[in-house]
Amino acid sequence: MNLVVCVKHVPDTESRIRVKGDGTGIVTEGLNFVVNPYDEFAVEEAIRIKERIPGSKVIVVTIGPEDATKSIRTCLAMGADDAVHVVDGDFQRFDGVATAAMLAAVIKDLQFDLIICGKQAVDDDCAQVGPALAEFLGIPDVSVVTKLDVAADAKKITAVRETEAARETVECSLPALVTAQKGLNEPRYPSLPAIMKAKKTAIKTVPAAELGLGPDGAPRVEVLKFAEPPARKAGRVLEGEPRQVVKQVVTLLVEEARVL
Amino acid sequence: MEFDLKEHQQMIKETARDFAEKELKPVASKLDEEASFPTENVKKLGELGFMGMMVPEEFGGAGLDSVSYAIAVEEISRGCASTGVIMSVNNSLVCQPILEWGTPEQKQKFLPDLAKGKKLGAFSLTEPEAGSDAGNIQTTAVLAGDNYVINGTKIFVTSGAKADVVLLFASTDKTLKAKGLTAFLVEKGMPGFKIGKKENKMGIRASDTSELIFEDCKVPKANMLGQPGQGFKIAMRTLDGGRIGIAAQAVGIAQACLEAAVKYSKERKQFGKPICEFQAIQWMLADMAVEVDAARFLTLRAAYTKDKGVSYSKEAAMAKLFASGTAVKSAINAVQVHGGYGYMKEYDVERYFRDAKITEIYEGTSEVQRLVIAASLLKA
Amino acid sequence: MARGILVVCEQREGEIKRATHEALSEASRLAAALGGEVAALLIGDKVKAKAASLAAFGAKKVFVADDARLGGYAVEAYTNVAKKVCDDFRPDFILLPATALGKDLAPRLAARLGAGLASDVIRTEVTDGSLVLTRPIFAGKALLSLKVTSQPQVITLRPKVMALAEPDAALTADVQDVALAGLLDTIRTTITKTEKATTGRPDVSEADIIISGGRGIKAPENFKILEELADLLGAAVGASRAAVDAGWRDHQDQVGQTGKTVTPNLYIACGISGAIQHLAGMLSSKCIVAINKDSEAPIFQVCDYGIVGDLFEILPLFTEEYRTVKSRG
Repeated sequence: MNLVVCVKHVPDTESRIRVKGDGTGIVTEGLNFVVNPYDEFAVEEAIRIKERIPGSKVIVVTIGPEDATKSIRTCLAMGADDAVHVVDGDFQRFDGVATAAMLAAVIKDLQFDLIICGKQAVDDDCAQVGPALAEFLGIPDVSVVTKLDVAADAKKITAVRETEAARETVECSLPALVTAQKGLNEPRYPSLPAIMKAKKTAIKTVPAAELGLGPDGAPRVEVLKFAEPPARKAGRVLEGEPRQVVKQVVTLLVEEARVL
Repeated sequence: MEFDLKEHQQMIKETARDFAEKELKPVASKLDEEASFPTENVKKLGELGFMGMMVPEEFGGAGLDSVSYAIAVEEISRGCASTGVIMSVNNSLVCQPILEWGTPEQKQKFLPDLAKGKKLGAFSLTEPEAGSDAGNIQTTAVLAGDNYVINGTKIFVTSGAKADVVLLFASTDKTLKAKGLTAFLVEKGMPGFKIGKKENKMGIRASDTSELIFEDCKVPKANMLGQPGQGFKIAMRTLDGGRIGIAAQAVGIAQACLEAAVKYSKERKQFGKPICEFQAIQWMLADMAVEVDAARFLTLRAAYTKDKGVSYSKEAAMAKLFASGTAVKSAINAVQVHGGYGYMKEYDVERYFRDAKITEIYEGTSEVQRLVIAASLLKA
Repeated sequence: MARGILVVCEQREGEIKRATHEALSEASRLAAALGGEVAALLIGDKVKAKAASLAAFGAKKVFVADDARLGGYAVEAYTNVAKKVCDDFRPDFILLPATALGKDLAPRLAARLGAGLASDVIRTEVTDGSLVLTRPIFAGKALLSLKVTSQPQVITLRPKVMALAEPDAALTADVQDVALAGLLDTIRTTITKTEKATTGRPDVSEADIIISGGRGIKAPENFKILEELADLLGAAVGASRAAVDAGWRDHQDQVGQTGKTVTPNLYIACGISGAIQHLAGMLSSKCIVAINKDSEAPIFQVCDYGIVGDLFEILPLFTEEYRTVKSRG
């Protein structure tokens, strides 16, 4: 089976994110970049499928700056076979549909039965790339998957997806795309010998400008400003008749704080 | 000259850190309390290649450089100092000497299992009458036919009770003193090899520290490492490399102390503000940060020098001396920043305090390190 | 040129979800500011009867795609239907709730339309006749303002954020059936089973809502009161060190310096004084509610909403009040 995994090079979730004084972006100095955690589930799942179905291959595709190679090599060290790196310094475009168009331009020329993406990137939190990519490639998708089984004949998959109220089991014909949700698997640590072996794997690099995109690749959003979230307001302590106070607080939680 | 890590070193650092955060840290306190060996985690580390990092690929290792090794030991020790020393001993004090002094048959026999964590190694030099004075070893090895018969007692052996392979130093000729020492690879199950007392320690309690007893223990000639009389040289050279591992362990402990102190100082409020806003605390944190960085760079410099293939005893001694001192100081200060809470077992800094001290003692006391450095300065 | 705003509605088992009403409310506000007509697209099986009710929240037109094959979410069929309606109605803006369905359908629809998409939007502003959207990034550690530059613009709205308009039952809408011929032929995904979401309580470290108990809970069996509310809210039950040390709760549930650090949307601290050791573990919660008998308790310094009272009286009232509010939808 031929598997393609889309991986993004993102700041570590432990990072302290600060907005630049002029609001034009976040401060990238000192940030440690790693494989997007949701993409790690995707890579792990692809490798498990490869291990179950002999003769399978896993290709990692990344759009990212030059030093995204670290994330790509981590995926190779986990067990991916090959990688395509679209070198693009402007990769944090907050425009998932345009990103999907770029990925489609690369992937359409690859052999694939199943594409696995992470459900969202932890920097832009867009959650757009997976379904948009499937649309550009004309294949069905199942998103936010917590369990994935590939049929023995490798012609369809059965996935479990979590929606707000229910868990749906969905059957889908291949080729298809799924997006990985937390809980799909426990990603493996890359072993040290594998890290050293991955150093030698050739990564195919393609400059973003050479993707040959038509109007599909044009940006579709305009980023205006970055801002810090609003500071915490002073709290309110209520005393009085219990029933009244409770009613007040519940109303505030629903309408003001919007957490219920 | 570059201070940045290479890509693969960055990946190794992150993998080791991830492992320490997810697998080691959550159980470190419990294992310390129970003084139980981290069997599962050592197994996992073995499977990932951390137990024989510098063993070449042909023998099942990752063929890594010493700098990568030092980085990894620091990260592992930051999560659990006990696991750090178990890893360091296996790598530096068992795999390395076999690599350097072993016959092709010995390398083939021992290295693959040690590198993959299938077998665990220990290094046994110290005796009741031979600590810093390693030349005063009393354990004897007498040739009888195709075997050496070993008699004696060894103490303070890290992983002694858990090891499958012990690198043992015994005297084959008492008249030659230090030059009469010989190294042997003793395997678990060999007749006459017994585990004695398990020590109840102040710190690194999840690491097993045991007494080993040899009563007419028969070890085949083929298990002698190097030549008769080469034992002292092998021990000293091996300890040079081990010092890089212990220095890295000390850096890991110190780093954990620094992080804990910074975090707590931001949370703890006294006199109306977080204590990190007081100069006294800021100065303590600043001094800690400088020393941790300095210890780390000395350690990496020693590793780098070893990788160059030149003599590195002085650099390793400097690293171990300074890093171990830093670990102890950082732990004292970290507990102090925590105030009364730092004295309670509920907080990790209490364990770091007890773990740190041993780094100034084992694999050559700080006093011995100073002698090594002075000797290097004063020769020629 | 009159602008149209299309809201793609979400229903489950024939019931229109609240997030759809929020999207319609927002669409109405945008139509007031930018001009244009609000239309709704309702897709499902046997949902036609619900179409008229969408008028109450501002839809002037309702497109209905009612077919047995659309009963469960089928991504390609839904995309085809939405595309057809967009071709006919030519909206300038297409809004969807950022639910699991919306987050899957919106990117596909945007790609199909050659449009851009702004996801999980929490605020909209009309500036010089154009729409500026604000959305959280880096898990809410920063906010991004952006414009969608394509025509049309596709936008998904974070649920529970946009204010719900007062529904006006007197309003009516023009209900039209969508011609489905040819749109439902390629359905390559099939839902074979639907189960209610897992009944297990979430883990403290992952929950969106946490209800925690401290020394004030007085006895282990009293945690039942918290558990009842937790089950109602789909929340996790946490504990302060005092409760864990007393053996009432497991260390796994301990929130604090020597326990877990949590970042839920809502943290309800019951009978917890608010010592720094505990606060260190939950101060990053989006919203903190404190219930404590002692008005001097330090927890009241850091909470967003505090109730001074007996938790044994307050909590059951809270549970009852929430049940009432929830049933009102």
